[in-house]
Amino acid sequence: MTHAADLPVWAALLTGFFLILGSTLTLLGSVGLLRFRSFYERIHAPTLGTTWGTGGVLIASMIFHSVLQSKPVLHEILIALFVTVTTPVSLMLLARAALYRDRSEGNDGVPPFEAAAESRNERRRSSNT
Amino acid sequence: MSALVPYPLLTASLLMMWVLLNGLSVGQVVLGGIIALAASLAMAALQPVKPRIRRWDMIPPLALIVLADILRSNIAVAGIILQGRRHARTSGFVMIPLELRDRTALAVLACIITSTPGTAWVEYHAGNGMLRIHVLDLIDQQAWIELIKRRYERRLMEIFE
Repeated sequence: MTHAADLPVWAALLTGFFLILGSTLTLLGSVGLLRFRSFYERIHAPTLGTTWGTGGVLIASMIFHSVLQSKPVLHEILIALFVTVTTPVSLMLLARAALYRDRSEGNDGVPPFEAAAESRNERRRSSNT
Repeated sequence: MSALVPYPLLTASLLMMWVLLNGLSVGQVVLGGIIALAASLAMAALQPVKPRIRRWDMIPPLALIVLADILRSNIAVAGIILQGRRHARTSGFVMIPLELRDRTALAVLACIITSTPGTAWVEYHAGNGMLRIHVLDLIDQQAWIELIKRRYERRLMEIFE
């Protein structure tokens, strides 16, 4: 167990600031997840937690341990890296599954699959004229 | 050299990770080096497509831009959540014609778009390069297309293609 009382005031303030920033953003992300109405809006909210939410807590941890151990403790960067690299995978899977389901059920407000080809033809037509 | 170290970038990253996790000392660097080398040789047996990075000097500016954008969107989305339903807001899909074809570059673009709150990568058609994203606070479709293309795609093309 490290001794938090040994921490100088400036480091304690910085650690506290980033800790509160990170946890507040994560909390807001969770509130957004609850408040937003559609699935596609909801996938935006948790990204607060996976970006600066996580980032804030990690920066706080880096400052805290670096100051206490009097050497740079940087392995938190790895957590940020792995979270950033893995988030798109799960998000794309969820989004595509939702899109597939909405399309096969014929729900409103979902762009058709063929729209990709259509808009491209439109561009082609407009560039030809 | 390339036969001995088939994936220099991967080997270096693994060594970095090992040193970050275990602390910097001669023994750990040697042990980490051996493990990184063995892992990259195992990777070579799988023969994945090797990403080519042409402009290393363009990576730090892009990283700074992305970090700043993510912070800005964090604040923007936090604001939207706090305002609740008092604030009229439309969300919707935007279709972006991409010229970017490099797979690694597309993966990086996916990380950027997903990591930025307020935008989400929904689907990509590899055949015609059309990307569909979902935008939480959609005001001007064309502005989003320009933003993604100018801000990220152009830089990624310089780095990877």
